[in-house]
Amino acid sequence: MRVEITVNGQPHTREVEPRLLLVHFLRDTLSLTGTHIGCDTSSCGACTVLLDGVAVKSCTVLAAQADGRAVTTIEGLAGEDGLSPVQEGFRQCHGLQCGFCTPGMVMAATALLAERPDPTEQEIRNGLKGNMCRCTGYQMIVESVRWAAANGGAR
Amino acid sequence: MIGSAVPRKEDAALLTGRGTFVDDIHRPGLLHMVYVHSTEAHALVTGIDTEEARSLPGVLGVWTARDFADLPPRPSVPGLERGYLAGDKVHYVGEPVAVVVAADRYTAADAARAVRVAYEPLPVMATVADALAPGAVPIFAPLPGNLALEQQVTPDDVTADLAAAPHRLRARLVNQRCAGTPIEPYGVLADWTGAGPTVWATVQAPHRVRAEIAERFGLARHLVRVIAPDVGGAFGVKSSFMPELFLAPELSRRLGRPVKYVETRGEHMVHTYHGRDQIQDVEVGFDAEGRILAMDVTITVNIGGVPDPVGIGLATLTSYMLGGCYRIPKIAARYRSVVTNTTPTASYRGAGRPEASFLIERVVDLVARELGEDPADVRKVNLIQPEEMPYQTPFEGIVYDEADYPAALDLLLGELDYAALRAEQARRLADPAAPLLGVGLSTFVEMGGFGPTPLFEQFGYLGGWESANVRMQPDGSVIVLVGTAPHGQGHQTALAQIVADQLNVPFDAISVLYGDTAVVQEGTGTMGSRGMPVAGNAVRQAAVEVAAKARTIAAHMLEAEADDVVPVGDGFQIKGVPEATVTMAEVAVRAFKPHLLPEGTALGLEHTAYYEPKNLSYPSGAHGCVVEIDRDTGRVTVLRYVCVDDCGTVINPLTARGQIHGGVAQGIAQALYEKVAFDPGGRPLAASLEDYMVPGPLDLPSYETHHIETKSSFNPLGAKGLGEAGATAAPQAVVNAVVDALAHLGVRDVEMPCTPERVWKVMHDAR
Repeated sequence: MRVEITVNGQPHTREVEPRLLLVHFLRDTLSLTGTHIGCDTSSCGACTVLLDGVAVKSCTVLAAQADGRAVTTIEGLAGEDGLSPVQEGFRQCHGLQCGFCTPGMVMAATALLAERPDPTEQEIRNGLKGNMCRCTGYQMIVESVRWAAANGGAR
Repeated sequence: MIGSAVPRKEDAALLTGRGTFVDDIHRPGLLHMVYVHSTEAHALVTGIDTEEARSLPGVLGVWTARDFADLPPRPSVPGLERGYLAGDKVHYVGEPVAVVVAADRYTAADAARAVRVAYEPLPVMATVADALAPGAVPIFAPLPGNLALEQQVTPDDVTADLAAAPHRLRARLVNQRCAGTPIEPYGVLADWTGAGPTVWATVQAPHRVRAEIAERFGLARHLVRVIAPDVGGAFGVKSSFMPELFLAPELSRRLGRPVKYVETRGEHMVHTYHGRDQIQDVEVGFDAEGRILAMDVTITVNIGGVPDPVGIGLATLTSYMLGGCYRIPKIAARYRSVVTNTTPTASYRGAGRPEASFLIERVVDLVARELGEDPADVRKVNLIQPEEMPYQTPFEGIVYDEADYPAALDLLLGELDYAALRAEQARRLADPAAPLLGVGLSTFVEMGGFGPTPLFEQFGYLGGWESANVRMQPDGSVIVLVGTAPHGQGHQTALAQIVADQLNVPFDAISVLYGDTAVVQEGTGTMGSRGMPVAGNAVRQAAVEVAAKARTIAAHMLEAEADDVVPVGDGFQIKGVPEATVTMAEVAVRAFKPHLLPEGTALGLEHTAYYEPKNLSYPSGAHGCVVEIDRDTGRVTVLRYVCVDDCGTVINPLTARGQIHGGVAQGIAQALYEKVAFDPGGRPLAASLEDYMVPGPLDLPSYETHHIETKSSFNPLGAKGLGEAGATAAPQAVVNAVVDALAHLGVRDVEMPCTPERVWKVMHDAR
């Protein structure tokens, strides 16, 4: 079937299998490999992207369901002026180690800050509860998001 | 730069989706490999029907064990050689039985599902008790009692010492099976072009993998290239020699196209090896003040269905560390490694040492409880004192380096405000509406800095050293090649900090490369908390040599003696003569001008160093946990987690804090949440992240971290390592707190994980 999906501002029209997952459309069809796959039960959140501005797990969305809609991936966050505040927050506060969960974590944090520009620690933990990190133990991720909230937010 | 909290060099790419993980790599003509896994725990394979799978469009083939009969076995326990796929018999659910290759991953998965395997079930032994029971069916013919290894680690017999001790107690402790679950699953991409393969793989020791691949295929090592690109967490589980490391290259060779295998999470939970899984029987003798006089320990390890050559002997490391940071004069230790119809076990963060620390820290608490003493006081009576360092333990060759265990405990008790916590605990106990409060301590020591070579040879490595090449470019920038293969530890950053100090060049002018056997000279890898204590010293040593040569060249340029030239700013000057200077960049260019160099000086400005550790290092510290337990539901909440860590020299406080946090998180996870369970028929009950409880952000607390820095005299940097400290210290800090909260009910132990169900049951049974 034919889908037209706008990814990071660029429209893409492709023939896809009806069963193709959005995450495979991004990774395999468009070669946007920043979005990662960490599980097969929608548990880990490594594949989180924004679909019309809302954080979704792209392993649980068919490419067909994204037809006519706009997707933002980790590759679409940084601007010409450098890293987004959330990305910079993760860098400043050591919110990542191996970096594998990071794209999903950054996208989920970006969606959280869009909704709640000045979240408390509990609100951050609650907002990221669909995302797993095996390296950091989360505290420095929480600090990263607080840094971003104080330095530009969801931009 | 050493000691400064600089943000990491690694982050820019990883934060923008520009990292390179195995599954991100594409090669023209790429094919996808998928396993057919056993659905039976113990069965004869009576037939494999591949016809339907082969007939699917896009499928290139289906292969079974007999198709790889010519390939020498994987690195194995002698006498229990492991092939690549199960042959006539399967030993656990998840064991690969067949392999499918197709043009795309969806078709490969369809084809794997279309393969029909016929089984004739055999009796299943999913626990060590079942496997060791009289008359149990042997899982392997050469092991009639399912006992793969029985080892007496010390010759000591402590029967008389225990009999003479004023007090004695016995306990059985269980260190449950855990799954490493790095968020990136295992992956391999092999492309056999020309004379040999290039293999991208999620591994911790690419040079070792190269050697093993070369040996299997009868190739010289120069024909095999192994690359560990960005690796998304490993925690020890990416150090085992999984069959895909060999099958992907072999199938690439046969098909003449690149072949990629990336496991699903469901596969990871049953196929990639697990860790821990020990039952520990201990008897301890002690005096009226809680001084431990002798200890007898028998460890039974469940090593699973196809024994791993590392997993079979990991309890040796447990045995070595049984004394913890205490002066225990006599320890008798032995272990048994038992095969069962479960996924094999091998390394998982700490690999044998967390199990020891758990045992001794639980034992100290039991001794305190038996005597009615405070657990902090019993620890103080037994702690090895700083002036006794280096300390020879009862185990030959196990000598602790400099540390101040009592200072770590004192700092912890102060930060916890221990006396106030005890008062609050008593207040809550008297108030039936208040949740119970428990305080747990863990004064721990573990092994870091693996080698040395004689120890690492036992695990099949060429050596226990690490190598580094430091090379200054003609523009004064520096490239460092190192033999480690990190997966989140931040070696690009920390090693550059070490070089910046030695060479007096800016941090931003240094790049650190690793993980590619075609780029890096020989290497050992990243495991066993060896990054800073071993690789850090290799890098330092190479940089020292380069700095010395640069100084010689600078002296020649300044027409002075080398001894009169000192490093200043961005170069060198003659001591006391500020106008007589050369910059490092000028020296770097001069190093490539043979006619302008001092007589006999070799061209270039680089050095390769191999650093062999004299001994292991022994990271230590004191952790404290405060928990609250709901009296109605048994739910445990961690209110505070306080760490005092002594990893020797801290290179980067930011990344050091991250390592401690992550280790503690995994330790708390073991204490409260995680268990790989099987039903009596050997069916995995934790085969997905829905069933295996990896904690999320709401499940873990904030951590309060403190350092004391006692430099190790065992290596020039004074570093001890810290990647495994948190995971070693935390489980028993939490469990001691849980048991402490329930002590008034007469509760002596709560088995991990301390889930609400289990805690509620313990409380209920005690009433």
